Amino acid sequence: MAFLKRYAENRGAVAGLVILAVVVAVALAAPLLMPGDPMATRGRPLLPPGGDFPFGTDMLGRDVLAGIVHGAKVSLMIGLISTVIAVLIGVTVGAVAGFFGGQVDDLLVRVTEFFQTIPSFIFAILLVAIMTPSLASIVTAIAVVTWPPIARLARSEFMSLRRREFVEAAVLSGLSRTRIIVSEVLPNAMSPLIVMGSLMIATAILTESALSFLGLGDPNRISWGYMIGAARTVFRQAWWLSVFPGLAIALTVLAINLVGEGLNDALNPHLKGRMRIET
Amino acid sequence: MNARAVADPLVAIEKLTVRLPVDSDRAHAVDEIDLDIAPGRILCLVGESGSGKSMTAHAIMGLVPRPLICSGTIRYDGQNLVGLPADRHRAIRGRRIGMIFQEPMAALNPVMRIGRQIEEVFRFHGIPGPHDERIVGLLADMGLPEPAVLRHAFPFHLSGGQRQRVMIAMALALDPELLIADEPTTALDVTTQKQILALIKKAQAERGMGVLMITHDFGVVAEIGDEVAVMRQGRIVERGPVKQVLGSPRHEYTRTLLEAVPRLEPRGAAPDRDGAPLLSVRGVVKTYSTRAGMFAPRRTVEAVRDASFTLARGGTLGIVGESGSGKSTLARIIVRLLTADGGDVRLEGVERNLLDLASRDLAPLRRRVQMVFQDPFASLNPRRTVFEIVAQGLLAHGVPRERARDRVAELLRLVALDPASASRYPNAFSGGQRQRIGIARALALEPDVLVADEPVSALDVSIQARVLDLLAGLQKRLSLGMLFITHDLRVASQVCDHVAVMQRGRIVEMGPSADVLFNPRQDYTKLLIDSIPGRGAFATRPAAGTGH
Amino acid sequence: MPQIGFLLQWVVKAMAVVLAITILNFFLIRLAPGDPAMVMAGEAGAADQQFLDRVRQDFGLDQPVVVQLWTYVKNVVTLDLGQSYRTGRPVTDMILERLPATLLLTGTAYLLALLVGPLLGALAAMRPRSIFDSLLMVVSLVFYATPIFWVGLLLILVFSVQLGWLPPFGMHSMIPVTGTAAQILDLARHLVLPAITLALFYIAVYVRLTRASMLETASLDYVKTARAKGLPEWRVASAHILRTALIPIITFAGLQAGHLVGGAIVVETVFAWPGIGRLAFDALFQRDYNLLLGVFLVSALMVVFFNMLTDLVLRIADPRIAGRA
Repeated sequence: MAFLKRYAENRGAVAGLVILAVVVAVALAAPLLMPGDPMATRGRPLLPPGGDFPFGTDMLGRDVLAGIVHGAKVSLMIGLISTVIAVLIGVTVGAVAGFFGGQVDDLLVRVTEFFQTIPSFIFAILLVAIMTPSLASIVTAIAVVTWPPIARLARSEFMSLRRREFVEAAVLSGLSRTRIIVSEVLPNAMSPLIVMGSLMIATAILTESALSFLGLGDPNRISWGYMIGAARTVFRQAWWLSVFPGLAIALTVLAINLVGEGLNDALNPHLKGRMRIET
Repeated sequence: MNARAVADPLVAIEKLTVRLPVDSDRAHAVDEIDLDIAPGRILCLVGESGSGKSMTAHAIMGLVPRPLICSGTIRYDGQNLVGLPADRHRAIRGRRIGMIFQEPMAALNPVMRIGRQIEEVFRFHGIPGPHDERIVGLLADMGLPEPAVLRHAFPFHLSGGQRQRVMIAMALALDPELLIADEPTTALDVTTQKQILALIKKAQAERGMGVLMITHDFGVVAEIGDEVAVMRQGRIVERGPVKQVLGSPRHEYTRTLLEAVPRLEPRGAAPDRDGAPLLSVRGVVKTYSTRAGMFAPRRTVEAVRDASFTLARGGTLGIVGESGSGKSTLARIIVRLLTADGGDVRLEGVERNLLDLASRDLAPLRRRVQMVFQDPFASLNPRRTVFEIVAQGLLAHGVPRERARDRVAELLRLVALDPASASRYPNAFSGGQRQRIGIARALALEPDVLVADEPVSALDVSIQARVLDLLAGLQKRLSLGMLFITHDLRVASQVCDHVAVMQRGRIVEMGPSADVLFNPRQDYTKLLIDSIPGRGAFATRPAAGTGH
Repeated sequence: MPQIGFLLQWVVKAMAVVLAITILNFFLIRLAPGDPAMVMAGEAGAADQQFLDRVRQDFGLDQPVVVQLWTYVKNVVTLDLGQSYRTGRPVTDMILERLPATLLLTGTAYLLALLVGPLLGALAAMRPRSIFDSLLMVVSLVFYATPIFWVGLLLILVFSVQLGWLPPFGMHSMIPVTGTAAQILDLARHLVLPAITLALFYIAVYVRLTRASMLETASLDYVKTARAKGLPEWRVASAHILRTALIPIITFAGLQAGHLVGGAIVVETVFAWPGIGRLAFDALFQRDYNLLLGVFLVSALMVVFFNMLTDLVLRIADPRIAGRA
């Protein structure tokens, strides 16, 4: 397909996809790769990398590598689910506002603006604290805090598409408004939404790691941010406790960003750097 | 014709080639052309889209975008401009050769004041300040009102015509020997176009400079050109003095182009139809009111004021106006894409006012009034096949797919397209073909009224004529009533039996085309007719086939 | 006059937002787990009913909700954010004590990002696809992907632990320093790492944003006109491309300004910087929700303030906004 070809033109995007695939595979295969509970003590505390423990152990003797492997699942899951929810909320709000305009639009814009004024990270902290830290509360908090930008994008896309002549033609053909939104407008609005959505997954993972770092992660699951946060008191002596989980986060987020950019180039070839060559 | 016929040319172009990047649809934008620009004369470079005329102009200025490669010679003042080092070229640009572009809004820096943009030309070519007097003088020369105040304005404060005057002022600031104008009036209203062309001609005469005018409109050529060269697909097919080329064109392509130019010609009045009109419009009003913020005063714009007309079955009413006249708004109100603020629209056989109907009641009537849109690229959903586009209305009205397929094939044949096109996507078709698809879509529901909103404005001249013929033919066959919206009086005269002229929301004159176009009563109508480029020499030539 | 109208409009909008956030705050307090009275009782070590009742009365927790809301709003307007559950001190005082430290940190980081980011981005845009450009893009992509707290820890590991050049935490040295010059230097040395940590992410963002914006602007028609006038490349780049390309960046910078407190929480925690971010973190774990929500409200006010400032700057930078109305 032309799309795959265009995507493959961007070497960074291909590299990102490969890395991401590895991360996802590791996350899915975690119980096979490192069986047992990653939060259980395995060896002597604060062992440097080497021997039985390629990434060392933490202050409770937990295997860092096991933590990283199992933590992948948590990060990816939270990143994905919270983004999906945020996108659903955002696209609905934005589409309704952009397509129907008028007072509905005014109201929804004010709501969106209000949510954007609230300091997002602190709000997320508050929400997680109030709902007590768990997978569900983190996902909810991140979704609530990150939907506004995608709502704005959806709104501007729908607003411009609504005026497009082929949409007007659909109105004249007698199509119902829902049909028009779903089958005429939405497919043409998808590209920028997909790109933004993929980049949002990266931001969600970063936010989740920051929340876990501060101690607001799900206490029953190990996550990369938590590993770094828990090791704060001893990180100067035990560098491996911060470095490896952090690398995991950085690599994953980097990979997702690369994939997002690759998608952008592949879906919008006309924006890529071509010029209008008028003769 | 000998390219070297001009003795001592200002610019001598020899074997100029501009190569396009590898994945383009053709190899060259400009293919080994020879051209001389004489000093003190206006040379028009004419062609349709893709002819390479604009690229030639850019090559002279050294503004060809980077992936394209120029080769050949452009001799100016003893130097070859092709491959000239950047700083030497910069010294020439703006100082010895000036250039103006097509879209004045896009071509002026939106956040810099007009005066400063002009001042830049002086400052960066080493003319010592202060420049205030020079700037004010230039603006006054270009016919701009209150130049001392205007120089502090931003581009968005000005109208399209005023912006173009500013562009010309900037280009002429240092008295260049050559002015290159790349379609300078294409984006302007016809009345403004006339003024700008007059301005260019006057400036040329006063300064004795050469002008290279790029255009697609032979009317413009007739209006101000001394010499003309016709380009097609990167090559020059004919050149010579304007009178000669327009009067007795030798190349077939030139002849085709000239014949395709719409002419203001009288059209036989449509036979009188008795009985109730198909569409009757009375007192339509639409007002837009905006407010800058909570505390700013409300500003109202009356887009349409008390518009009234009738349309007979089988008749064509042209609604002609410039930008801001309200013609498009009126059209969209009639098809109920916009809601009017008042007025009465009656369709034959429907008791109630069409504008008052709620969507539920409107739904069954929608099929009777359909629209053909202006932009062939924006009017077709790029992700749907031609079948899905044309059958859109049919399927929405519950016609089973098989029958729809047959109907679509029938419609495509009707608009002279291959029925096999139904399975392809819009991007496989040219502009003219897309317009045909749009027409097929509009006819699918067998409407009584067809509203055509500038259906040929975005098409090349040679394609225009064919689409217009198609529309005229279809109308006769199907006994449609047609509302034809256009800004071009010449086009209206070819297609419409009645014409309504709109200005600032009002219909100022209306009647059979023969009357309105050849015996206009209102000043504005007279002004519009007068502004048609090449009016004197060209626009009313009898059509080919009736003898010269 | 349009300026007054704009200001009035802004004041009304700001007030509406503050009110909305205050109400939100109020309900968040009530949703927080744990009866505040119990929390405070727990701290005091006493748990008998009499004590609880008295605490409730003191804090007005026995009134109906609407009355409590009204009291809360009134208090906020008079800048009374209640008392910390833990220390009993007025929240407003505690916040004001620490606010300057945060402003210093976030202000420095913000300015650093705003100066370095667009500059690098503009340079990259002027030489697209050069080695400098590619390198810069890769580096900024990396910093865009790394969590801020991790960068902070790494910087400490390298510059404090390994190289010993800079202090690893705090705002002042443990051993007091005398003399203003020496004090300023000491402060600066402590400021370097946390400010850079906070700034790096935003520098990466600005680099990419500026580059994209400039490349897009560079292809616009009026840039061609500027070249056609024979202007030197540097003039075209500065007055025509950069000038307009900066507008979306200003918009973005404005939006970011108010949210820097969020980033500050993490950085202040890593570097033990005594600002309101750290205060919030501590409050979180001591379940001192009154204090935490006080910080939330203050940062929300900062966002509103910076949004207004941005709008003002944008009106100056882009005459189309005011003019087109």
